[in-house]
Amino acid sequence: MNKKKINNMFYIEEDTIAAIGTKPGEAAIGIVKISGKEAIRVADSIFRSKNGKTINELKSYSLLYGEIIDGRGEVVDEVIVGLMRNPYSYTREDVVEINTHGGITPTTKVLSLCMDRGARLAEPGEFTKRAFLNGRIDLSQAEAVIDLINSKTEESLKIAANNIKGNIKKEIASIRDGIVEILVQLEASIDFIEEDLETTPYEELRKKTGVLLERVEQLIKDESKGEIIKNGVKVAIVGKPNVGKSSLLNLLVKKDKAIVTSIPGTTRDAVEEIIYVGGIPLIIIDTAGIRKTASSVEKIGVERSLGHIDEADIVLMVVDGSRKLDGRDFNIIGKIENKNSILVINKVDLGQKEDIKKLGLPFGPEQTIRVSALKKTGIEDLEHSIKKKVLGNGELNLEDKIIINQRHKKIMQDVREVLQDAETAMANKLSEEFASADLKIASGLLGEITGDTAREEVLENIFSRFCIGK
Amino acid sequence: MYDVIVIGAGHAGCEAAFACARLKLNTLLLTINLDKVALMPCNPAIGGMGKSQLIKELDAMGGQMGKIADLAGIQFKLLNQKKGPAVQALRTQIDKKEYETLMKHLLETTDNILLKQGTVAKLLVDGIKVKGVLTEDGMQFLAKAVIITSGTFLRGRIIIGDKDYYAGRMGENPAMNLTKSLTSLGFEMDRFQTATPPRVDKRSIDFSKTIISSGDEEAGSFSFWACPKRGERANIPSFLTYTNSKTHDLIAQNIKYSPIRSGIINTHGPRHCPSIDRKVLNFPQKHKHPVFIEPEGVHTNEMYLQGLTTSMPFYLQEKIVNTVEGLEKASIIRPGYAVEYDYLIPCQLNYTLESKLIENLYFAGQINGTSGYEEAAVQGFVAGANASLKILGKKPLILTRDTSYIGVLIDDLITKDLSEPYRMYTSRAEYRLFLRSDNADLRLATLGFEAGFLEKEAHQKTLKKQQAIDSLIKLLKNITIKPQKANRYRPNLKLKEPIRLYDLFKRPQVNIGDIKYWLDHASNGYGDGVWKQAEIIIKYEGYINRQFEEIKKTKKLEKFAIPSNIDYFRFKGLTYGAQEKLSRKRPNTLGQASRIAGVSPSDISILLLNLRRK
Repeated sequence: MNKKKINNMFYIEEDTIAAIGTKPGEAAIGIVKISGKEAIRVADSIFRSKNGKTINELKSYSLLYGEIIDGRGEVVDEVIVGLMRNPYSYTREDVVEINTHGGITPTTKVLSLCMDRGARLAEPGEFTKRAFLNGRIDLSQAEAVIDLINSKTEESLKIAANNIKGNIKKEIASIRDGIVEILVQLEASIDFIEEDLETTPYEELRKKTGVLLERVEQLIKDESKGEIIKNGVKVAIVGKPNVGKSSLLNLLVKKDKAIVTSIPGTTRDAVEEIIYVGGIPLIIIDTAGIRKTASSVEKIGVERSLGHIDEADIVLMVVDGSRKLDGRDFNIIGKIENKNSILVINKVDLGQKEDIKKLGLPFGPEQTIRVSALKKTGIEDLEHSIKKKVLGNGELNLEDKIIINQRHKKIMQDVREVLQDAETAMANKLSEEFASADLKIASGLLGEITGDTAREEVLENIFSRFCIGK
Repeated sequence: MYDVIVIGAGHAGCEAAFACARLKLNTLLLTINLDKVALMPCNPAIGGMGKSQLIKELDAMGGQMGKIADLAGIQFKLLNQKKGPAVQALRTQIDKKEYETLMKHLLETTDNILLKQGTVAKLLVDGIKVKGVLTEDGMQFLAKAVIITSGTFLRGRIIIGDKDYYAGRMGENPAMNLTKSLTSLGFEMDRFQTATPPRVDKRSIDFSKTIISSGDEEAGSFSFWACPKRGERANIPSFLTYTNSKTHDLIAQNIKYSPIRSGIINTHGPRHCPSIDRKVLNFPQKHKHPVFIEPEGVHTNEMYLQGLTTSMPFYLQEKIVNTVEGLEKASIIRPGYAVEYDYLIPCQLNYTLESKLIENLYFAGQINGTSGYEEAAVQGFVAGANASLKILGKKPLILTRDTSYIGVLIDDLITKDLSEPYRMYTSRAEYRLFLRSDNADLRLATLGFEAGFLEKEAHQKTLKKQQAIDSLIKLLKNITIKPQKANRYRPNLKLKEPIRLYDLFKRPQVNIGDIKYWLDHASNGYGDGVWKQAEIIIKYEGYINRQFEEIKKTKKLEKFAIPSNIDYFRFKGLTYGAQEKLSRKRPNTLGQASRIAGVSPSDISILLLNLRRK
């Protein structure tokens, strides 16, 4: 097909989109796809090839080897980049595929960089939607896209609602309310100038904007701490010494050895391990200690184990089934009462000394798993149980969690930017409508998270707040 | 046989008729009472926030309201002078009789307009096309298109105290049968209400107890084309006084007689002009409310009491008025009253203001649920323009949110659910920083000219202005001045490097005079208007460009037309809620669809996919 004709073809989306094309953890490589007019520019801005070539110099369907570089010039990952030029791609737009190492770290970081450089996170089904709109796929396939959009939207709405923690959600809503309140004052002083209303002085509104900006900064700080990559699905293996924690871990790791990756922890100096259980990446807390020799495990002791419980999403409580439980076991069990936990009864090959059922421990039958690390039995059951804990009834889907985190991060950064603009406008004594233009964007962005998109709310508030009507 | 029949000679009807006549269409303007053409039944003022933008846009495209308001104005005020250009607005006190006279005279002297007195009882329809009207007197008029601009006249009911009776306005007959004709065709109607304050005799006011308020000498004018000389303009003052606890007590004691309390009114009135009864009820903590005393004209003693709107019984109205300082002895000439009327739920209209149900039938003005002379006038123009363009087989004149306040108004009307009479505000325009009064000509003159409504001369003037602006900006980009030269004239700049005048102009403390000084004689030949535009464009470049970016993003959605005969319930994947909303509103474009409450972005995605599938 004639290329010029393609360029003139109608498609509604003008912006460049990006997404992770592989399921996290399931393969040894990860792919980040970028599609749109700016795809090549975006990719080139984060990529440094080994041979000095840029992606833009590539022919369609060719590969380039190099590194992804972050904003500080540090290498993120070693990658192979593939280029498919418009119209010879799935979406019929320029498409760049960045092949990274497997696991969530490289793909998420690369995706995040793409977004920093102007790509937008793709909506569910958006690549396929573009493919259809640009005439690349036929009608029957479009039906599938519709289903995808619908199911994904519902699912991600549900997940989005569950995923933002109550207090963060409240904070975001409260920041948005603060912005709307300032807008009410600004707009009242513009449109109702003849009414002689007692509106808040401009300087005070500037200060209020400054306070909101600080709160947004704080959220961004908190949020980047909370990124999936750093605390993802954190699993703590706890238990008193000698119950077989390290053998259990080794067993879990060995099973999936091909894709074990190490990443430097950010909160501690220690190295955290990511292991994949049925495709789900688990971050084992403080494995640096746990993976050492059995004698070192002795030294870590109960106290240290307890410290990890707070941070963990899931706690594996390991007990020695061949002995009677003692005070140290009960002590730890007491501490994990409110946690999402699994009781792992190890050493079942040595016979049962205790009727666990009778102890009335706070673990249901599904959360009580019998294993023998030595004989390698029960591991499958444990994996199944962990998987269920993570995925639940669709409550926590890792892929969506990554996407939502990325989206929030981007929104909050944009909010920060426009709030800064508003504050500057106010500090420079530009008149109200300029700060208002910034603040309207901010409230709209936050509304995307909280689901408030009422268009008339500022006017509504003016009417309820002020006595209007000369 | 006429080309177009316009029903009602209010502000919408007049502009509609002018637009049709301008395209040389044979136009019949039918109205209940020919002594009431272009009447201003409420406040004696034109313009104000959001509204002045509407008039300027109308003027830029060839409408008449701005020119007549400039001529009939007796006091001109520039609102928000301390704020930026986007939110400044002109407000003019008008001599009402003068305005009516000038407008009627213009109608009578315009070729192709025929005025006739008559009350329309019924629409004549052929299948799904309108073909004419039948009057109460049994006269039948046929036409290719009909524009209904009936204001508050459809089953108008006046309420004062416990009295109510049918009337279009006080002392005027209502149109009792047209609603029936419309509903029988399938149109959905609802009722709104509005009210007006009493007028008092100027001689009975003690002005010494009031605060005098005069206009601004340099306020400017509405029209870009025919500006009367400043010296010729009157500057008649208005006066400010306040209600007090006596007023509020009296109202509170007698609130049971207020129709809003007695239940005689239970329709929605506009929140932007509540009655004094409602203000006292809703804001008991306020101890005073302003009352503006405004002249109704030069040759009358009637004074309008802005802020004292009420439909209390007549005998109480005077008592209430007399509690106010300066109005102790005021004698009411006309009482305030409320009027309740039928309006068409406006989502039954397209962007052209043509109804979706009956072809060639248009609606404009208060009948569409709006309030205000200005809101009515611009709709009249759009309806008249499109009725004519359609008859002539030409491209419709569609104004969208990114081009004008008029576009915002129409888009809001046909997309949103109205809960009260609609009034324009600048905050309704998301591209407010770009849609300014000062550039209405630059934005819209070409559109108005190409559609045939604006005279060639006016259009040429605009093109020249645009060229001059471009050339001035280019000049400022090309001239760099040395720091010494800049600092010598403006020492506080403390420049160290040479700088382009363009960049210097961006600084808040640098004004037109400074730049002219540095330009020296090179600044000759650029008029004030050109300098003003250059200043705005350069100083606010960042903000304005961001709005352009936003506009660009939505353009494709806005341009994506949705066929009118779609069965949304057959569309796979749409939520039931969205199907219902879309079926009811039947949006013209995907952009409009995206603004319907209850239609989500994913609904739009799915709608797009379904539309592309056909």
